[in-house]
Amino acid sequence: MAKRLGQSISKTAGLLWCSGCSVVSTSQKWCMEGQRVNLLQGPGRPRPDMHGECGPISQKSYRSTNPWKILLLPVHGHPTSQLTGFKGSATNALVPDTTGHLQRSCKGSSMADAGVVETLLRRIEKVDDGVDSLEVANSLGVDHQVIVGAVKSLQSVGDVISAELRSSKHWELTEEGMEIAENGSHEARVFSSIPLEGLAQSELMKLSFGKIGFSKAMSSKWIRVDKTHEGGPRIFRTVESIEDQVREKLLLVQKGNTSQLEEKEKNELKKRKLLSEVTVKTYWITKGNSFSTTITKQETELTPEMIATGNWKEKKFKPYNFEAMGVAPDSGHLHPLMKVRTQFRQIFLEMGFTEMPTNNFIESSFWNFDSLFQPQQHPARDQHDTFFLSDPALAHEFPQDYLERVKKVHSEGGFGSQGYKYDWKIEEAQKNILRTHTTAVSARMLYKLAQQEKFTPVKYFSIDRVFRNETLDATHLAEFHQIEGVVADYGLTLGDLMGILHQFFTKLGITKLRFKPAYNPYTEPSMEVFSYHEGLKKWVEVGNSGVFRPEMLLPMGLPEDVSVIAWGLSLERPTMIKYGINNIRELVGHKVNLQMVLRQPHMSTGLLSFT
Amino acid sequence: MPTVGVKRDLLFKALGRTYTDEEFDELCFEFGLELDEITSEKEIISREQGDSKASGASDIILYKIDVPANRYDLLCLEGLVRGLQVFKNKLEAPRYRRVSPISGEPQKLIITKATAAVRPHAVAAVLRNITFTQERYDSFIELQEKLHQNICRKRSLVAIGTHDLDTISGPFTYTAKPPGDICFKPLNQTKEYTATQLMSLYKTDSHLRHYLHIIEDKPVYPVIYDSNGIVLSMPPIINGDHSKISLKTKNVFIECTATDVTKAKIVLDMMVTMFSEYCSQPFTLTITGISCQHFKKIAQLLTRMCLRSQATGVGDEIEVEIPPTRSDVIHACDIMEDAAIAYGFNNITRTTPRTYTVANQFPLNKLTELLRQDLAAAGFTEALNFALCSQEDIADKLGKKISETKAAHISNPKTAEFQVARTTLLPGLLKTIAANRKMPLPLKLFEISDVVLKDETKDVGASNSRRFCAVYYNKSPGFEVIHGLLDRTMQLLEVQPACGEGYHIQAADDSTFFPGRCAEIFVRGKSVGRLGVLHPDVINRFELTMPCSALEMDIEPFL
Repeated sequence: MAKRLGQSISKTAGLLWCSGCSVVSTSQKWCMEGQRVNLLQGPGRPRPDMHGECGPISQKSYRSTNPWKILLLPVHGHPTSQLTGFKGSATNALVPDTTGHLQRSCKGSSMADAGVVETLLRRIEKVDDGVDSLEVANSLGVDHQVIVGAVKSLQSVGDVISAELRSSKHWELTEEGMEIAENGSHEARVFSSIPLEGLAQSELMKLSFGKIGFSKAMSSKWIRVDKTHEGGPRIFRTVESIEDQVREKLLLVQKGNTSQLEEKEKNELKKRKLLSEVTVKTYWITKGNSFSTTITKQETELTPEMIATGNWKEKKFKPYNFEAMGVAPDSGHLHPLMKVRTQFRQIFLEMGFTEMPTNNFIESSFWNFDSLFQPQQHPARDQHDTFFLSDPALAHEFPQDYLERVKKVHSEGGFGSQGYKYDWKIEEAQKNILRTHTTAVSARMLYKLAQQEKFTPVKYFSIDRVFRNETLDATHLAEFHQIEGVVADYGLTLGDLMGILHQFFTKLGITKLRFKPAYNPYTEPSMEVFSYHEGLKKWVEVGNSGVFRPEMLLPMGLPEDVSVIAWGLSLERPTMIKYGINNIRELVGHKVNLQMVLRQPHMSTGLLSFT
Repeated sequence: MPTVGVKRDLLFKALGRTYTDEEFDELCFEFGLELDEITSEKEIISREQGDSKASGASDIILYKIDVPANRYDLLCLEGLVRGLQVFKNKLEAPRYRRVSPISGEPQKLIITKATAAVRPHAVAAVLRNITFTQERYDSFIELQEKLHQNICRKRSLVAIGTHDLDTISGPFTYTAKPPGDICFKPLNQTKEYTATQLMSLYKTDSHLRHYLHIIEDKPVYPVIYDSNGIVLSMPPIINGDHSKISLKTKNVFIECTATDVTKAKIVLDMMVTMFSEYCSQPFTLTITGISCQHFKKIAQLLTRMCLRSQATGVGDEIEVEIPPTRSDVIHACDIMEDAAIAYGFNNITRTTPRTYTVANQFPLNKLTELLRQDLAAAGFTEALNFALCSQEDIADKLGKKISETKAAHISNPKTAEFQVARTTLLPGLLKTIAANRKMPLPLKLFEISDVVLKDETKDVGASNSRRFCAVYYNKSPGFEVIHGLLDRTMQLLEVQPACGEGYHIQAADDSTFFPGRCAEIFVRGKSVGRLGVLHPDVINRFELTMPCSALEMDIEPFL
């Protein structure tokens, strides 16, 4: 309809971006989840993957299944038919194991040998309270992880045991600390390596502990340096004997008597990287409600054999993890904007509107502008706003009588109008363009209607592409879809237009409407349609509407007492607002994010309701 | 839609009361305006040039108001205030009339025939005994500029010149001369230039260079002289320095030169009516009236829209006086709209028209809708690509020559992306794949949409063709997948696999496809499209790395 349909929706879209953010981040999260796969069965379903398989190509030879094609295509072979089946399931190893419906069967269960599990169970049976997993590991002489594995696999088979995770902290010697506990601190070793007659500093520095030990021994004043000594600096003892406290403290820790050290001393040693504080996580394992030392193997899934033999009755089954995501159904998807288009189409059809044939992107300026009483100097007809064609550059056929009437109403007036009073030129009207609005088609349809012998009321709609040579930004593209509704009948009023708009928008889930006076070259009165946005707590523009001017309708030959009311809006903007998409390129064109296409919900009601 | 910036406090002073931003926004809405932005000069400079530049700027609050494109009378503070005051019943609708000077003859502007070659029309008026203040002066200049940008179509249709009448003497002559013969001191310059020199001087002027093209290549340039041969202006480029107006100017001579005389009159009326209120005898012009038939009450409503009206007493006829400010009124329906605005659109009772009609779908769209659903169910995902693209996309990249494509070419694309209307859907789908390389394989996409082809049989020489295109992109070409999709599509369209009355495919040569891997689709003996494995060069040109098979066919034959 209007030259700048829904322009303020673009402003609104800006305001809505904040709410859009959450949707965008959801999509990112979704993408990550998209990588997940269910571990429903042991090896899992092979997942089509960039690095993976070619997908389930027919196992049978293509030729053999379709003899008819061979008849017609004797030559074209299908290289793919050589490929059969999947290429293994190596990808499975990459799959995070937290998402399957079956709780993960820890690697413990298969490798851990039933032996460890059994031993563990017997230990638990013997004690009254419980056992510590680390202690069990130590006494069995196995790695702690093996016991943890056994615990997890027991947990997965039901309430056999209960295991409480405990963590404790204790101090441990670092590798360097161990060395010192054995050989003495660096400074003590420096001291003891200096004979009474002293040692050349260069000699000392060659020792592995020389450098660190030297400075520590110096600060403890155990040694001194004679820098003036001939033959270079020389080091001498300054005390008779020393006490290697560092080593003694470390030995205390090593023996488990850490408590005898003060916090300050421990931290000092930690700073020297001789001690480290370690957190140990262990399980405190006690008997579960259904404790038993014999564990029956649990089945993962129901099999055809079990159903046939009935032995499922004796089996125990692993519980499902209902927290996991399901497998995405293997199907195609419709484009979200096209889904919204379908909804709008449906609404018009429900309201008794007939679809106009809008499959003509190239239009003459005559039908796009002149027939709508849009003057030839109108800015919309500028190179900056409209795409003109170089080939085919001009339109050639026009209904001649009608063209004359259009010329007259522009240049001289008539039909009760003063006209624009300018020199109307056929050359301007002939110029081919990419239509700037679908109203060009409405004009053709109304003209056709006027040629009927007897006027019959009509309700028309269309949803199709229009083109603007605009500067592109996040909300403007050179092409977009325009939705348009037109009603022609005797004596239609402004109240009728508002009533129809109310019904139309109610079907979209928008009930609060109000109307603002506006200007369109070919409607008078013209009204912008505003809807109250509950989220933003403000009125936002949702469309444009008006009553077609007599200067447009009467030259076509429509009866004088017939009014034509019409409205229009863009398809993209409401869709962007609804889905919080802030860059139109994410919605339309080849840069579309296909993940976005996949995740759009189905829309049945409340298409645009701003809540 | 033009935007007018007015100082808020000045506006409220003129309106005689203050409003909250919300109240004012509401008033605008009712009247058909839009309060677009609340800002200040400081804010604007800081936004456009950075905070550092803004430090000295004024922080007086500005209202930016969007005005409908046909309401030239609302393009300045004076017009806005007058419109709103009358709308709120605070001011009587003004009546404009022309007055003659107290002493002497009215001024004359003589138009010579020479102007016909370049800019044939001119109209002029005088505002007498005007008192300018800085604000009024600024508003006067601003209105001129707004009119130039809007109705004057960047001075191409109309150009306005304003002069201090007391520095010049009539009668004035509007003529046209070769550029070398015109010589004068232009506005704000210190010496005289010939018109030829001026044109090169202004080549680099950020403001004026945009208007040079209007007369540049004409043999003669328009010029206005006074009776002493002083140059008033060389429209539509520049005024003379001699007659420039200042705050002290008492009598203003306004001339509008034009290629469109109707617009020239409108512009002159605007300039005069907007600023006549600052003259000692305000509102001085006359106008004709048209009448419209309706209820008497409407007269009051119309008067609130500056359309003085009264019931004539003859039936329910009322007479409406259209002031020169309301050039947008050219038909009775324009008057009715104003009555509706004054009544309040939102006070009108909403009714349901009793128009009874039966809905029909456009058969081609109906078919498209049905097919789309089933193609998605067949595991293909729908893409939506632009109808415009580069020549390269539809020709070179597909291994074709542009001359073979029957493409419609755009004459004024801003970028290469809009050189032609697409003649095939395939490039769009391949670009979609290229932009989605992170998606898991295989990628199965389709689109059903229109392409445009030159068509001699149509009035515009081109027509749309509804196409169905699908691609399969994977580590192996998957011809059988695309072929299977064709079979399924034909099944949906109720076409049997058979030569003659059904459909069949037949080996074909096509440079887009890998040799020996392309077939043509025949339906009832007629070719409707092709399918095959894409040529590796095509795959490379779309920055893809995997084999790809594709199908594209016309669906209109199935209607």
